[in-house]
Amino acid sequence: MRRFLLAVAAPVLAIVFSLALVSVILVISGHPPFGVFRDMVNYGFQPRSQVLTLNLATTYYLSALAVAIGFRMNLFNIGVDGQYRLAAMIAAAFAGSVVLPAPFGQIVTIAIAMVVGAMWAGIAGLLKVTRGVSEVISTIMLNFIATGVVAYLLTPGRLAVSVQGSNNIGTKPIPASGQVPGISLLPGTTQQVYGLILLAVVMGVGYWFLLGRTRFGFDLRATGRSEPAAVASGVNVKRMVLVSMLLSGAVAGLVGIPQLLGASYTYSLDFPAGLGFTGIAIALLGRNNPIGIAFGALLWAFLDTSRQILDLGGVSKEIVTIMQGVIVLAVVIAYELVRRYGLAQQQREVGRRLAAEESAAAAAGVAA
Amino acid sequence: MSVTELTNKTRGAAGAMPWLANRWIRLTVFGVGLLLVMSLVRLVTGAGDLISSGTVGAAVGLAVPIGMAGLGGLWSERSGVVNIGLEGMMILGTWGAGWAGSQWSAWAGVLAAVAFGALGGLVHAVATITFGVDQIVSGVAINILGLGVTQYLSAIAFTGKAGGGPTQSPGIKSMGTVTIPGFSSAMGSIENHHWFLVSDLAGVLKGVTYQVSYLTIIAVLLLPLTYWVLWRTAFGLRLRSCGEAPHAAESLGVNVYKYKYIAVVTSGALAGFGGGFLAIVAAGIYREGQTGGRGYIGLAAMIFGNWRPGGLAAGALLFGYTDAMQLRSADAVHALLLLAVVLLALLAVTYAARRKVISASVMAALAAVILAWFLATSDLPQQVTYMTPYITTLLVLSLASQRLRMPAADGLVYRRGEGG
Repeated sequence: MRRFLLAVAAPVLAIVFSLALVSVILVISGHPPFGVFRDMVNYGFQPRSQVLTLNLATTYYLSALAVAIGFRMNLFNIGVDGQYRLAAMIAAAFAGSVVLPAPFGQIVTIAIAMVVGAMWAGIAGLLKVTRGVSEVISTIMLNFIATGVVAYLLTPGRLAVSVQGSNNIGTKPIPASGQVPGISLLPGTTQQVYGLILLAVVMGVGYWFLLGRTRFGFDLRATGRSEPAAVASGVNVKRMVLVSMLLSGAVAGLVGIPQLLGASYTYSLDFPAGLGFTGIAIALLGRNNPIGIAFGALLWAFLDTSRQILDLGGVSKEIVTIMQGVIVLAVVIAYELVRRYGLAQQQREVGRRLAAEESAAAAAGVAA
Repeated sequence: MSVTELTNKTRGAAGAMPWLANRWIRLTVFGVGLLLVMSLVRLVTGAGDLISSGTVGAAVGLAVPIGMAGLGGLWSERSGVVNIGLEGMMILGTWGAGWAGSQWSAWAGVLAAVAFGALGGLVHAVATITFGVDQIVSGVAINILGLGVTQYLSAIAFTGKAGGGPTQSPGIKSMGTVTIPGFSSAMGSIENHHWFLVSDLAGVLKGVTYQVSYLTIIAVLLLPLTYWVLWRTAFGLRLRSCGEAPHAAESLGVNVYKYKYIAVVTSGALAGFGGGFLAIVAAGIYREGQTGGRGYIGLAAMIFGNWRPGGLAAGALLFGYTDAMQLRSADAVHALLLLAVVLLALLAVTYAARRKVISASVMAALAAVILAWFLATSDLPQQVTYMTPYITTLLVLSLASQRLRMPAADGLVYRRGEGG
């Protein structure tokens, strides 16, 4: 019971703390905090907003999962951003130009995205195992290079056509047979949840199974914890680095796919960017745990959806970005404080018992 | 590395050519060789921008913010704290510069940039040192916070001001530049003769002396200053010992917390200074998204430079140079291909001389491919030239021999009295 309380205490403490801090900022800038929070909650829990939140969370979840695979192996894949953008663009170009019968088109599109993501991440993996280049640098550079490659390919005459009725350009629209229909999950709104939310669930279960229930996963976590120990037990570290980078990239390749096949049907200039960095924050928030990440993704998506109402009240919506940053920081600090408190409690307990034994022994000695 | 190993290594390098033993001689030879190759390539391709005073000047300007972010990373990581939050601290710096620089003076902007950056560093220090949380988590949080706080403050502080808005500040007052009278123009006239090598050297000299910002001078001075403080003083030794073996340092009476705090706050101040440079000198205005990931590139430059000031300066300059090239002329980037061919061929010859057959043939093959590319095309699409600095960094890093070693206790949580 006490352990459970301690475990729940940290996230609750963190959220209370960030709410308090944001309230202070709001009061200073002349807005009533409770009114702002009430507006956000009211708006965020409307059926339409809930669907948007779920859709956003699907994307965030995949991104965070990709980052988390690297983290468990002690690899920092900052490159999820470039990996998913390149993968989504190439998959979109394929799905827009090649028409396959219904389930195959989608499956091939998804497979292409995974392969492209894996290959882009694989460059970093290969450079690390053969040339010892830190994956932190190589993935940062690969992000920028991916921007260039996408810009190069996404020009009229190569993979892009102009989007009708605007000066936007994008890949050829994906025909209906290649799309993934949405699910009408919630009553009271015509907005549909991405059909590929199921893909995110499958990936989450797969992540849990692969890391927690297989030899490979054990080796991966062992290598992440202590490389010398893993080497001593016969793990081929170089192979593990390459494989986990490929896996991370393959999942990263999926990040843009739910939106691509479920809503936008084309990769255009305004396709969402920067999801890879959100993924880092959410992976850290969920402590690389598949369920923790799900909560993190939902919270993040809820905040992102409900911030849209703030402009109406004249509050600048960047307050939510501040709140997200504070939550990330406050959660880890709260975990650390709770851990220290738990440790101190244990030590006190041990001390009390020892003292009791000692005094009992002393009493026995006096009696003798 | 033990002392015997070290002397053996020096002897090894000096064995073939004894005069190469001195590091400064080696660097000079390398520099002159590079200049020679570059002027040759300029002569062959006719791409004047490959090594002109304009390119050099622009390269230095582009290298400064990256170098300052990298230097910030160096301070922090030398004390054992990984700082992925440099980007956020830089963003805070750009905002500080825009806020103070637009209403008082450019120098007030510099101070505010440094102060705002240091504030970001302080948050990182409190989280990682006092509370002992994961350093990457804290850094990521600071990047988010830096963005959120500046956007929020911009909406309040800049909306409605002349030239300002929710995403940008009013213009920052100008700071002025330094030119060495006589010398710069003399160098300029030599450059205009386009003599082989001599004009190129003059171009480089003019580039680093003509209309140089005060902040550039300060930034360049900060590099040797950092070297001196961290490697030549007792303070620096103690600070670095916190990054190598904090518990050993503790046992010798070093207050590890204090040194880490100093290092991380300094780190934030330097990153903020880099951000301030972007706003005050490079743009003359604060604009949202101005840093464009330069904090991350600074971090890369620091790793590139093996956690040393000289190396990180080289990394920042390499990046600044190729960036300047792609901004200034596509022809020069095309000429850069030929430069890459020559350098790769030289590398192949060196490997062959050392009987490293595989490495030599890989280099030779790469050189051949790029040569074919150079000959087959006459220019490069703009999207490809955009990638130049990033590809170059990646290539150089994978070709350079990997002797990188980060501080031993970098990224580890330290708690007083918990040494094993």
